[in-house]
Amino acid sequence: MADSQNDGELIACPECDLLQQIPHIPSGGKARCARCGEQVAIGRKDPIAMPLALAITAAIAFLVANTMPLMSLNAVGREAQTTIIGGAYQMWLEGSQLTAVAVAFCAVLAPGFHVLFLLVVLIAARHPPAPMWIGEMLRSAHFMEPWSMTEVMMLGILVALVKIAQLATVEAGIGMFAAGAFIVLIAAIQVTFDADEVWKRVRWADGRAPPPLPIKIDVNGEMLR
Amino acid sequence: MTTVVASAAKQGMVSCLTCQLLMRPANMAEPGHCPRCGARVVVRRHHSIQYTWALVIAAAICYIPANVLPVLETSAFGSTEADTIMGGVVYLYQSGSWPLALIVLVASVMIPLGKLLALGYLLVSVQRGWAKNERDRARIYRMVELIGRWSMLDVFVDAFTVALVQLSPLMSVAPGPGVVFFMAVVVLTMLAAESFDPRLIWDAAERQGTVN
Repeated sequence: MADSQNDGELIACPECDLLQQIPHIPSGGKARCARCGEQVAIGRKDPIAMPLALAITAAIAFLVANTMPLMSLNAVGREAQTTIIGGAYQMWLEGSQLTAVAVAFCAVLAPGFHVLFLLVVLIAARHPPAPMWIGEMLRSAHFMEPWSMTEVMMLGILVALVKIAQLATVEAGIGMFAAGAFIVLIAAIQVTFDADEVWKRVRWADGRAPPPLPIKIDVNGEMLR
Repeated sequence: MTTVVASAAKQGMVSCLTCQLLMRPANMAEPGHCPRCGARVVVRRHHSIQYTWALVIAAAICYIPANVLPVLETSAFGSTEADTIMGGVVYLYQSGSWPLALIVLVASVMIPLGKLLALGYLLVSVQRGWAKNERDRARIYRMVELIGRWSMLDVFVDAFTVALVQLSPLMSVAPGPGVVFFMAVVVLTMLAAESFDPRLIWDAAERQGTVN
């Protein structure tokens, strides 16, 4: 039975709701759901400091990527430049406002807020118990994640460049390299960060300090309010 | 597996969708709020099937103008040329970059269509209460979630082509009416994947007691 008395935390798989005991996972290991195969737990050596360092670097890369020119184009003696937000802005000017908003959200706002929220969450989680509002922020960061599309944007730029290459010469700017670094850093955050670890440090909504780990649910007792 | 397996819901427990805290609410019909993160706790997402169907149908409707209407309008030396998504693929292929043509074809045409078919299949399977192939269906759902965002590719291609090629009066590129529909397909299918509750896939088998 799932709620037997061995060590480890009892969880329900977020994808298929199967109850299962999660044993202690060594650093670098991961646990998959016994039924649907979803990754349900990960072992991290340093789940706060490492992603924090990466998030600070990613925030800097993000600022550079968005303020410096992404690329410049030379054709018949004329020069044109664009930044990331410039891609959305020109769409707006040309009458496709809704698309411009989607481009701005997926290329600038979502990646920016994703990193900003993670940064605040990780700083606040360094000394438990962390204040309750970082939970709200972690939820927002999680919401932003699928909409943060810097790598899709980079591939899009590549395709656009190949299309244009026959008409003009295009040069990559500093913004392009910063955006590349940002993609790598976000990927590194995703493999070092463990949201579960943050949740275990957050003060509970009902005012309780986080209970000692691992959290054992009182399977026969009173309801947790 | 040799042990008896059961879902949390069957054991009278529920896991918070936001912070994953497992709890045993007094009343499964109204679990209230999560004691840890304060989010509203639901045993299964409310109206998951209805919301997902609504978003899938809306996306399917937008899929047609997205592919028929031009996404880019190029004006050069006084003449205007309109390109659809498939037109862009053909252009890339003819200009010798077939790997990119393939990427755009997969990301812009096949992935959106595949997502609509996959979500439709998952919805029908859950509504009919099929108790087979749960693992495959769970895998399909994860694929839809994972690769869905890559369809945004063509929107970015169009945005940066428009942003760069502004050499008026010689040549300029403007977005066509199709691009907003295409963007809508991508956004709607991503929202549909988020509103679908994958735990429904496993519920039917558990009700019939046929789960492994």
